[in-house]
Amino acid sequence: MNSSPALLLQNARIIDPANNIDEPGDLLIINGVIRRKGKARSLSCPANCLTIDLQGKWLVPGLIDMHVHLREPGEEYKETIASGTKAAAAGGFTAVACMPNTNPVNDNQSVTSLILTKAAAEGSARVYPVGAISKNSKGTELAEYGELKKAGAVAVSDDGRPVANSQLMRRALEYSSNHSLLVISHSEEVSLSENGVMNEGALSTRLGLRGIPTVAETIMIYRDLALAEYVERPIHIAHISTRESVDLVRRAKNKGCQVTAETAPHYFTLTEETVGMYNTRAKMNPPLRSADDLAAIREGLRDGTIDAIATDHAPHSVMEKDVEFDQAANGIIGLETAVPLTLALVRENILTPARMIELLSVRPARILGVTGGSLAEGNAADITVIDPEKTFIYREEDVVSKSANSPFLGWELTGKAVLTIVGGTITFRDM
Amino acid sequence: MESEYRFQHRHILGIEELSASDIGFILDTAESFKEISQRPIKKVPTLRGKTVIHLFFEPSTRTRLSFEIAAKRMSADTFNISASTSSAIKGETLIDTAKNLTSMNPDIIVIRHASSGSPHLLARHIKASVINAGDGTHEHPSQSLLDMMTVREKKGKIAGLKIAIIGDISHSRVAHSNIIGFTKMGAQVQVSGPATLIPAGIKQLGATVCHRVEDAVADADVVMALRIQKERQLDPLLPSLREYATFFGINRTLLKSAKPDAIIMHPGPINRGVEMTFDVADGEQSVIMDQVTNGVAVRMALLYLIMGGEDR
Repeated sequence: MNSSPALLLQNARIIDPANNIDEPGDLLIINGVIRRKGKARSLSCPANCLTIDLQGKWLVPGLIDMHVHLREPGEEYKETIASGTKAAAAGGFTAVACMPNTNPVNDNQSVTSLILTKAAAEGSARVYPVGAISKNSKGTELAEYGELKKAGAVAVSDDGRPVANSQLMRRALEYSSNHSLLVISHSEEVSLSENGVMNEGALSTRLGLRGIPTVAETIMIYRDLALAEYVERPIHIAHISTRESVDLVRRAKNKGCQVTAETAPHYFTLTEETVGMYNTRAKMNPPLRSADDLAAIREGLRDGTIDAIATDHAPHSVMEKDVEFDQAANGIIGLETAVPLTLALVRENILTPARMIELLSVRPARILGVTGGSLAEGNAADITVIDPEKTFIYREEDVVSKSANSPFLGWELTGKAVLTIVGGTITFRDM
Repeated sequence: MESEYRFQHRHILGIEELSASDIGFILDTAESFKEISQRPIKKVPTLRGKTVIHLFFEPSTRTRLSFEIAAKRMSADTFNISASTSSAIKGETLIDTAKNLTSMNPDIIVIRHASSGSPHLLARHIKASVINAGDGTHEHPSQSLLDMMTVREKKGKIAGLKIAIIGDISHSRVAHSNIIGFTKMGAQVQVSGPATLIPAGIKQLGATVCHRVEDAVADADVVMALRIQKERQLDPLLPSLREYATFFGINRTLLKSAKPDAIIMHPGPINRGVEMTFDVADGEQSVIMDQVTNGVAVRMALLYLIMGGEDR
C-alpha cells in the first residue's frame, strides 16, 4: 500500500524485549529497513517521508504466528495464501508459518515453491512453509527434508496427522539435523483419541459426545520428549492444552532438554463449557479443556515454560461447521483475535507487555530461525503497532479471513493491531 | 399450584430440559391417554390436520412404530423418512433436509439420528416442533418417560425408590436420560457394569457407581438392564458376551438381593441369555411388555402437549 521510501513512526511506546527496550520513542524506516530509533519526537523526517503520530501506542517487532493453516493448495474455498495473509496483517502479524496438511500435502519442494511464489506475489505477510515429516503425512517414509529446506521450508511437522510410529519420529528427529530443520510435533496418541470430539469428562458424558482424554496428549508429549532427549535434538511441541503437558515441558526444560512449546489463545481463554449445546465453533483438536487446564496454561505462559502463542488458525467453511457436532471439522480461525485475547492476560497481570511480545514475536522468530523479533537498527522493518485500549465488537461481517469459524464472534474485545508493516510496506492500517 | 402449571415446551429434546413438574404433568397426561388404546375404536380427533414426520436416520422398529401408532391414534397425518430412502446418502446436510421439510410445513418432526445433538441442530433450523427419538449416546427422552410412567404405575411413586441400571452405561442414551429423569423425580440411581462401559463423570449426572453388580441391585425397587451390543467386544471393551452374562447378567440368584417386589425392566431389544436370563425376562417381576404399552401413551401425550394441549 505504502511505497514511500521513508516512514517515520513518531511518539510510540517502543516495546522491544530482544533489546531490553520499553520506552517512548520514534522509529525511522528507510528503504524497508529500521534505520534509526530515538527519543519521542527527536527524529525528523527526510524528504518524501510519511510521518505517523502513534500517540503513545505500542510499537513492537512484527508478530509471528508459527502455526497457521492457509489451505492453499487444495482448499481455496476455505482460505488462500492471499486471504490468509491479509487476515494475518489485520491481526497484526507480519509473518506466518503454514502447516503442510494441504492437498496435495506439502511434502516436497514443488508444493513449498508454489506456496512461496504465491506468497511473494499475493501475500500480505511473510510466509514460512512447514514441510511434512513423512511422505504424504502417512507416517511411514521420511519426506525429502533436504529438498524441502532448499525450497524454503523452515520446519517439518505432522500437524493434524500425528506420527504414530515411534521409530519414524526418532528418524525424523535425527535426519532433520542434517538440514537444520526444526521438528514440530502435534503430539497425540490416536488410539486414545480416535473418534473423540471434545474433552473427556462429565460434560462429554452429559452431551453424549465421545471424549478425548488429556492423557492422549500427555503420553505422546512424553514419547516425543524422550526421543528428542535420547537423540539430543531440539523439538517443538505444538498447541499444548493440558496441565500435564505444561508440567512435562517444564520438567524437560529443567533437565536442560532443547524443547520449546506453543499454545493457542483459545486454550488460555475458553474451557470445554464453550461447547454448550453442540457449538461446532468450539470444536478443535486438541479440544478445549477444563478450567484447571486453562489455569495451568496461563501459568506456563507466565513462567516461561510455554515459549510461544500461535493461533492454529484453521479456516473451515459453513459446509464443514454447520453440521452435526460429531461430523464437524476441527479448528477455528485465530489470526484476527490473538492480540486482544493475549492483551487480556496483560490486563490480568499474568503477562507483562514485554512477555507478551516475546510470546508473539521474539521467541517464534528464534524457534523457527527466521528474521524478525527485534527492532535493532539495520533489521528489516517488520513492525506492528498495537492500540491496547481500542475496543471493538468482533462481527462476522468484519472478518478478513475467508472463513468465519470463530467462537469469539460477537465478543467485545479490547486491544487491536492498528498498523502492520512488512519490510517497510504498510500491509494493514486502521488508524 | 396445579392450576397455575402450564406446559411450556415447544420441543422435546431431552429430559435435561424438563423440570420435575413437567415430567409429572407428562406422565399424568399419558395415563389419561392410555385408555384410548384399549377402546374398540382406538382413535381420537385431537391432532386432526396436523402433520407428523418421522425422520429416522438409524434403524428402529419399536420406537418408530410406537410413535407412528401414537400419532395415528391422535388422528395426525404421519409420514416416514428413513435413512435408506432419505437424501442423507445423497450427501444432503441435515440443515438442508430441515429447510426442505420446513417448506412442506409439518407440525412435528420426530427424529432419530446417530449424532448426539442433531435434534438440537434441527430445532434451530426448523419451524416445526422437534421430538428427539434418540440422538447418538446423548438422550432418549420418550423412552425415559415411558420407563418412569411404568415405574410410577407399578410402585405408585418414583420419589424414594432405588433404581439399579446395569450394563453399557457409556453408549446408552436410555441410561443417560433415565439417570437424569429418575434423579429429578427423587429416586436414587445406582449403576453397575464393566468399568470399560461406565463413562467419565457419570456421578455428576446423579448416579452412584457400584463396581459389583450385587451392590447395585441390593435392596433395589427397580432393576433395569441395558442392551449390550456385540461389536463392543472388538473395541476392546469386553472380553466376551459369555463373561458379561456370567458377571453382569441379571439372573434369579442376583435378584434375591433386590426387594422381593422389585420390577425388572429392559428398553429392548433383549439379547436373551446375555443381559438377563430367559426366566427373568419372562418372569412375574418383568414389566418389559408394560413398558412397550406405556410407550404409546407417553408419545401420545408428548405429541398432544407440544401442540399446545388444546381441543382435547
